[in-house]
Amino acid sequence: MSEIREQILATVRRGLQRGPLDEARRAELEVRLAHPPRHLLPARAQGSHSEQVALLIKMAEYALATVDQVARMDDVPAAVAAFLARERLPTAVVMAPDAELAALPWENQPLLRIERRAARDGDKVSVTAAFAGIAETGTLMLRSGPDRPTTLNFLPDIHIVLLPAERIVGSYEDGWDLLRATGEAMPRTVNYITGPSRSGDIEQTMQLGAHGPLRLHIVLAGA
Amino acid sequence: MQATSQAFQRNVSAALQNPALQKALKNIKIGFVRKRAAAVAKLPEFELLRDAGCELKNHVLDHLDFYLERFEAKVIESGGQVHWARDAAEANQIVLEICRSVNARLVTKGKSMISEEIGLNEFLEAHGIRPVETDLGEYIIQLRHEHPSHIIAPAVHLNRDQIADAFQAHHAPYGFTERREEPRALLDEARQVLRQQFLRADVGITGANFCVAETGTTVIVTNEGNGDLTQILPRVHIALSSIEKVVPTLEDVSLLLRLLARSATGQELSVYTTFSTGPRRRDDLDGPEQFHVVLLDNSRSGMLGGEFQDMLRCIRCAACLNHCPVYGAIGGHAYGWVYPGPMGSVLTPQLIGIEVAAQLPNASTFCGRCEEVCPVHIPLPKMMRHWREREFARHLTPAAARFGLGLWAFVAQRPKLYRLATNLGAWLLRRLAASKGRIRSLPLAKGWTAWRDLPAPQGRTFQQQWAARRENRL
Repeated sequence: MSEIREQILATVRRGLQRGPLDEARRAELEVRLAHPPRHLLPARAQGSHSEQVALLIKMAEYALATVDQVARMDDVPAAVAAFLARERLPTAVVMAPDAELAALPWENQPLLRIERRAARDGDKVSVTAAFAGIAETGTLMLRSGPDRPTTLNFLPDIHIVLLPAERIVGSYEDGWDLLRATGEAMPRTVNYITGPSRSGDIEQTMQLGAHGPLRLHIVLAGA
Repeated sequence: MQATSQAFQRNVSAALQNPALQKALKNIKIGFVRKRAAAVAKLPEFELLRDAGCELKNHVLDHLDFYLERFEAKVIESGGQVHWARDAAEANQIVLEICRSVNARLVTKGKSMISEEIGLNEFLEAHGIRPVETDLGEYIIQLRHEHPSHIIAPAVHLNRDQIADAFQAHHAPYGFTERREEPRALLDEARQVLRQQFLRADVGITGANFCVAETGTTVIVTNEGNGDLTQILPRVHIALSSIEKVVPTLEDVSLLLRLLARSATGQELSVYTTFSTGPRRRDDLDGPEQFHVVLLDNSRSGMLGGEFQDMLRCIRCAACLNHCPVYGAIGGHAYGWVYPGPMGSVLTPQLIGIEVAAQLPNASTFCGRCEEVCPVHIPLPKMMRHWREREFARHLTPAAARFGLGLWAFVAQRPKLYRLATNLGAWLLRRLAASKGRIRSLPLAKGWTAWRDLPAPQGRTFQQQWAARRENRL
């Protein structure tokens, strides 16, 4: 181990007026890491599931996302096509090669031209699936993986996200518990996304679409 | 960057006489102060969360060595590398070596105050590597060869015409020859110019708002998405952090996230909160091939166990800047180094020396608003007072101020003399003010009256009123 590292740690311990932690204290901290205690949760993050769904919609719209609701997962492709037509947006769509998305009946939307890959410069519209929705702030939680390239969340102008209502939870902590329950390692990237990209750097006036998407559109399925 | 904190008083005079700056500073109240108040009002638990945030950061500092070691182990476990740096020179060298190892020419940068602290841009330029800032505010000031005047809104001191000038001067090579002044048009122009840099960059450098020990994860918080494009497109991602940014678990990050955006911009949550763990995985279609974390000390470890330890709780929300009447009057550049406002007045003397920064802890009226809004209860006025005591003890206080304090102490210890002097003073000031009730110009106090009127004393002195009250009660 490097000399510099040891020197910094030694100065830290000198400041704290102790040597390395004793075994008992280390064991306590190990327990805290293995079973992370929750801090106070806002009351708004602890309602019933239907309340959480309503709160997610309200908070996402407050963050300037748009939300469409469909009854069943199979209705999602039609909702995506309808949104693009309604907003006069391009029908060429880059989609995450995600099994959940692939299982949907896209073949019924012949006007959509779908490519399944990571994003490239010039892509206008992307479609991805959220891992979870966090009601307390209307936040989408997305994770990277071979079938979920992160560039789709940032490069295109329009980002459309599928969110199954059953995966809406109250708090950030609930989102992490859901991820831990998958048993998989921490993904390379987890993105919380709350509304479309923006900047207030010019005279503190907010403008949308700074570097990331100009629009964030959520298709909420099964609510 | 070269500190100009020694010239604080000169900087202040220049700032007060700069009409463009004074106009821009008015945006802070609308942009930050009101939005924070509205966001806090919407979360009834906010006060309790502040207490919990304070307690959590204290827990981290008490076990900082343990959590740093665990964070390092977890980064390595996920395929990343951790580099420790005692000071700015070591941190710069580490970044340079990583850049050289991949023959980097162009580096994109997400907003990082650590990068400002170590003067990374100047260092990379001197070694033939071109750094491009991608946060809109940072990009604007980079074009103007300036430093940030605010820790989360680096270009808050500028107006749109100044930004239009900067873009016109630099964007012709990208095909933008027309001068545009509308914020929308300026943003679109920057988006197009910077998009090309994101795609061409060899290395992406971001800061880290938090480092999570449980998972070896660095966390960045942005609104623009620039930090994400910086870190997912190039082959190498370097995250710059300082040692006190480590937190134990994702639950602990959740708590601090509830405090950060609300305190900073008055948002419920920033648009993008990104958790990065190691380099791209096997079969991933995108993401960096290398992931490096630089852990910078730069005299923070020396603050542990002393009277400035509480400062290490800071999560860099900038609420103390936004609510400070001194910052609001002079802006950030007058402070003369990287961190302005109350948090800077406490941190800067530690980082660059009280000899250079002696005047900063005096740049406070001790109104206490900074401490009132701090999400982790840092006693900023108390710590500025500690610095003033050190300044006095080390004879850094100007001779006139020392003489004045000595004179006051002499008089204050002699009650009869004190009463006489205050009565005489109050009478004299009333005479000077005549019927107007305020004094436009006062000999020996031009530094005060040049910028504002001195209100004349009204009624009786405190001592007289106190005596009268006691008489009435008896």
